[in-house]
Amino acid sequence: MSYLIVIGVTIAIYAMLTVALNMVVGYAGQPNLAQSAFLGLGAYFAAVLSTRYHLGFWWTIPVSFGVAGLAGFILGAISLRLREDFLAITTIGLNFVVVAIFQYIPFFGGAVGIYSIPLPTIGARTFGNLDFLVVALLMLALVVAVSKYLEKTWLGASLTAVRDDESAAASVGIPVASYKVVAFTLSAAFAGMAGSIYAPFLSAITPTSFGFTESVVILSMLIFGGSGTIRGALVGALVLGALPEVFRFISNFRLLTYGAILLLMLRFQPQGLLGEASAVSSLIGKVTAPARRAADSRANGRAGEGRTRDRGTPRN
Amino acid sequence: MFTSSLINGITTGSLYALIALGPSLIYGLLRVLDIANAAGLTLGAYAGLKVWKATGSLPLGICAGIVVSAVFGLGLQRLLYRPILNRGPLIPLIASIGTFIAMEEVFRLVFGPYPLAFPAKIPLPTLRLGGAVITGVHLLILIIGLVVLVGTWFTLRRTRLGLFWRATSQDRQTAEAMGINTRGVIAAIFIIGYALAAVSGIMLGINYNTVYPTMGDIPAYKMLAIIVLGGLGNPIGTIAAAMLIGLVETFVVMYAGFVLPRDAIAFIVLIIILLVRPQGLLPGPRTTK
Repeated sequence: MSYLIVIGVTIAIYAMLTVALNMVVGYAGQPNLAQSAFLGLGAYFAAVLSTRYHLGFWWTIPVSFGVAGLAGFILGAISLRLREDFLAITTIGLNFVVVAIFQYIPFFGGAVGIYSIPLPTIGARTFGNLDFLVVALLMLALVVAVSKYLEKTWLGASLTAVRDDESAAASVGIPVASYKVVAFTLSAAFAGMAGSIYAPFLSAITPTSFGFTESVVILSMLIFGGSGTIRGALVGALVLGALPEVFRFISNFRLLTYGAILLLMLRFQPQGLLGEASAVSSLIGKVTAPARRAADSRANGRAGEGRTRDRGTPRN
Repeated sequence: MFTSSLINGITTGSLYALIALGPSLIYGLLRVLDIANAAGLTLGAYAGLKVWKATGSLPLGICAGIVVSAVFGLGLQRLLYRPILNRGPLIPLIASIGTFIAMEEVFRLVFGPYPLAFPAKIPLPTLRLGGAVITGVHLLILIIGLVVLVGTWFTLRRTRLGLFWRATSQDRQTAEAMGINTRGVIAAIFIIGYALAAVSGIMLGINYNTVYPTMGDIPAYKMLAIIVLGGLGNPIGTIAAAMLIGLVETFVVMYAGFVLPRDAIAFIVLIIILLVRPQGLLPGPRTTK
C-alpha cells in the first residue's frame, strides 16, 4: 500500500509537469525541452532554503513557484526573438547551463547535491507518504484548474491561434507576444512548484537528475498522451510514469522505452493517444452519443480545425 | 603556454568541425536538426574499436566504423525522416532526439555500461613546436581536419554533388524540376554526414582513450551550438564556428579560470549570440536567397 502511494506521488509530480508543459507545447505551440530545468530550479531553491535557512515547506512553495516562473518569463522573452528550431536548441542548452550551475556554484551544494532535506510539517504533524500524496494531488488539481481556465477563456483560444497561425492571430489584434510569455511563465512556475514537493519527498537531490534526458522523458509523456489536451497530458504521465513501476524489467531500459515510444508516436500517431483527432479519441467519439459529439465540436471547434490542417507552408 | 593553447584550440576546433559538418550539410538539405548524428558517432566508435581489436588494423577499423554508421544514417533517413519531413521543423527534431536517447540505451545494453579503452597507436611522430607538443593523435586530427576542410570547400564549389547540394538546399522543387535527383543527393549527404560522424567518433575515442555509451552527449549538443552559430546549413560557416568555439573554450579555461565547465561555455556563447543576432553569426542559405 505504502509503495502504491509512493508511485502515486511520483505520477502526480509527473502529471503536474506534463500539464504545465502542455501550456507551452500544446497551447502556444512553442518547443520547450527544458521542463526538468524548471523542476530543478524549484527543487533546488526549496532544498537549499529548507535545509540551510530552515524555511518551512509551505513558504518554499511560493519561492519555488516564483523563481522558476521568473526563469520561464526570461525564456518566454527570449522565445519572441527566435525561430522555432533556434528556440528548441536554446531550451536544450538551458538544461546544460542549469545543471552546470547546480554543479559548480557552491550555494547549490555542488556535484553531491543536497541531502537530508527536512520533511514538511503541518501543525505538529510530520509528513508521511499519504500527506505527500494529498498535497501533490491538491497541487495537480490547481495546475489542471489553471490549465482548464487557460483552455476555456479567451487566453486559451488566442494561444491556440498563436500556435496555428501566428501572423493571422497578430493581424486580428491578438497580442501574440504577451501570451507566449504568459504561457512560458506559468508553465515554468508550475514546474517549479512541483519541484518544491519533489525535493522533500525524495529527501536528497543531485544536479544530474534535472538534465536534458529528464526533459525528454517529460516531453515524451506529453506527446504519448496527446499534446494540446489536458487529458492527454494526464494519461501520458499516468501510463508512462507507471510503466517502469509495473514492469520492473522496463526500468532497466527506461530511456530506450521512452525513446522508442517517442519515435513510434511521432511516426505513426503524432496526435498522441488521446489528442484531438487521434485514433483513440475518434473511436470514443464514434461510440458515444452524437449529442456529446456536438458538444465536443462546439467546445473544440476552432482548435480542432487547426490541428488536422497541415501546419505552415510545405517544407523543402 | 600560448602556442600550446593555440594548438589545443585548433585541434579541438577541428574535431568540432568534423562533428558538426555532417549535421550542417543535412540541415542545409532537409531543415532537420539531426541530433541522431551523434548516435552515428558513438556507433562508429564502437564498430571501429571492435574491428581494430579483432584485426589489429586501424584503417580497417575506421572503414568498418564508416560503413556501419553510414548504413545507420541511410536507414534513419529512409525510415524515419522521410515520412515525417513535412510536419514542421519540431517533429523531426524531437524524433531525432528520441532516436539518439534510445540508441544510447542500446549501446549500453549491447556493449555494457563501462568505458572501453581504445589504445590504438597512431603511426605519426610527436612534434615539438616552440614549447608545444603535438602528439600523434592531435596531428592526425589536424590532418583529417584540414583534408575535410579543403575537401568540403572543393566538393561544394567544384563538383556536381556540391552543385546539386547547393541547388537542392536552395529550392528542392526547382532542383527536381531541373532534373536533379534530389533523393540521390539526400542519400549521398546522409552517407557523408554519418561517415564523418564515425571518423570523429573514432578520433574522440583514441584521443581520450575511451569509448562509452553516452560519449555522444556532449558532441550532440555542442554541434547544435556550432551549426547555429555558423548559420544553419552553411557548411563553411560551421567550420568557422567550430574553430571559434574550440579556441574560445580552450582560452577561457586556460586564462580566465571560468567557474562553469567548458561544455557550458558553448551554450552561454550561443544564447548570448542568439539574443544579439537571432539569425546566427553568419547567414544561412535561407537568407542568401
